[in-house]
Amino acid sequence: MRPAGLRPAWFVAGVLAVLVAVTAGLAFGSISMPPGDVAIELLNLIPGVHLRSGLSEREVAILTELRLPRVVLGLLVGAMLALAGAAYQGAFRNPLADPHLLGVAAGAGLGVTAVIVLRPAGEASAGLPIGVPMAAFVGALVAVALTWVLGAAGGRDRSPAALILAGVAVAAFLSALQTFLLQRHVESLREVYSWLLGRLGTAGWHDVLVVLPYTVLTAAIMLTQRRELDVLTVGDEEAASLGLHPQRSRYILIVAASLGTAAAVSVSGLIGFVGIIVPHTLRLLAGPSHRSLLPLSLLFGAAFLALTDLLARVVGGAAEIPIGVVTAFLGAPFFIVVLRTTRSAVT
Amino acid sequence: MSSEPAQGPGATPARAGVAVAVADLTVRLDGALIVDSVDLDVAEGEWVTVIGPNGAGKSTALRAVAGLLPFQGSVHLHGHPLDRLHRRERAKAIAVVVQNPVVPVGMTVFDYILLGRTPYIPPLGRESATDLAAVDEELTALDLVPFAGRRLDTLSGGERQRVFLARALAQGARILLLDEPTSALDIGHQQEVLELVDHLRAERGLTVLATMHDLSTAGEYADRMVLLSGGRVVAAGTPTEVLTEANLAEHYRVKVRVIPGGHGPLVVAVRS
Repeated sequence: MRPAGLRPAWFVAGVLAVLVAVTAGLAFGSISMPPGDVAIELLNLIPGVHLRSGLSEREVAILTELRLPRVVLGLLVGAMLALAGAAYQGAFRNPLADPHLLGVAAGAGLGVTAVIVLRPAGEASAGLPIGVPMAAFVGALVAVALTWVLGAAGGRDRSPAALILAGVAVAAFLSALQTFLLQRHVESLREVYSWLLGRLGTAGWHDVLVVLPYTVLTAAIMLTQRRELDVLTVGDEEAASLGLHPQRSRYILIVAASLGTAAAVSVSGLIGFVGIIVPHTLRLLAGPSHRSLLPLSLLFGAAFLALTDLLARVVGGAAEIPIGVVTAFLGAPFFIVVLRTTRSAVT
Repeated sequence: MSSEPAQGPGATPARAGVAVAVADLTVRLDGALIVDSVDLDVAEGEWVTVIGPNGAGKSTALRAVAGLLPFQGSVHLHGHPLDRLHRRERAKAIAVVVQNPVVPVGMTVFDYILLGRTPYIPPLGRESATDLAAVDEELTALDLVPFAGRRLDTLSGGERQRVFLARALAQGARILLLDEPTSALDIGHQQEVLELVDHLRAERGLTVLATMHDLSTAGEYADRMVLLSGGRVVAAGTPTEVLTEANLAEHYRVKVRVIPGGHGPLVVAVRS
């Protein structure tokens, strides 16, 4: 008998999923290229490797300057949203917790909107202002704190339903503030709106570099707490009797998950349901232990969003579908399934 | 079985042979006085059971002794003040089985018992061979080997109670707190679990502090009993001294017959 943990087979499957998603994401789109040649060009990115792929110089440029940053950004955002979803669900002991349902994304959205509309004229569209992830983070933390406080209105134990209702109320309130800001600054409407729908499209290497440090740092912090999350499943009192500091672990997780979500959301816009779909599917397939759930959510979340982005690019033809629309389209029915299977835990 | 005489309020905490020394324990929850200046000593290897009507403060007192609630007064475990023990050290000294333990969805019995090793696993580390061996030992001791790979949420009440006990024992603590360990079980399984606890206590020299509702059963297993009522100790001593018709009539407001039994008095409520 071995304890639950990350099984090598699942880890390998996760890495393979990421590799497939990257190759497919690079090969297909407005012009398709043979996946084999794309794989060779990927190997060429490793310093010292020079292989002939049969792709033209223009195709190589499309690959490395347009598609690769977009795919990498998709990986980062997907990994972060799925990991944060798993972390929130464990920290709140709530199967429905998700960056969006807790109001975190709305808070981050308000932060980003504030930075975009309030920045001095003439600075527009030169890429993402450096302050955006921080503003998103502040908005996200304010939102999660509000949700946590309001969630106690229905009793100190904060039932999943009470917490989610509080999250919905907080999200509505923050979105109203955001709309107010936008009405006062109509000139930014288009820019903010396209951001709201979620996009990885305009991503250049600049966006990737802005969020990379946040995602690496917060993912590392969340991953250190995976054993603590397993202990937290028995409730605060029993966790405390086992020598854990439940509230401290919870704060560490919530702050890290909020910062990571905020950084992701600040470049990609509102992409919902990734934090529900990926962790719940993995729980069913690979088991509920957070020791495997967290690293697998990171890998499969990355692969999931890169593939979803490909879907958004390919299905719509010339007019690309916003990726947030695609994830919502897949996620909303999934959410109902989760709700039905966890009904006893919710009421 | 060691059965030292009951120790009074003046007991000094550092005295050898005392596993749990509680002096002037007072707990307020949301302003309400729940436990009121309770004194209680449990000798090493002794089994003391706290009884009392609903709302008497039994569970609250037990949780305070476990360090899970803020309290006034003092609690010493093997001579060490409870509030100066680091929480991990505390978890190695005292293990608790709460009244209705949370059953995590989908967790295997093995993983659940492994949670008992939490205080031994460093914050960024993983379980050692010693931790895994400790889990195997408890699986064997509690006859749970065939269940190791099963999901805890698929087990019956009696099996679950053994698993809860195994997790507590895996902590390697010499003091075991049991809050209503048998309230969810039929009488057959009640007896099975209590016999098991008594056996392990003798084998490993454990000290047991429990709360229980069933007075006859409580009296059969306890060396000493403490009767709480309204948060105060109103009677303490051997089961024969505590389980009297007068005590129970006064504090439970019930008419009972107390019949001498082989292992302690048997209490039967009679209709008035």
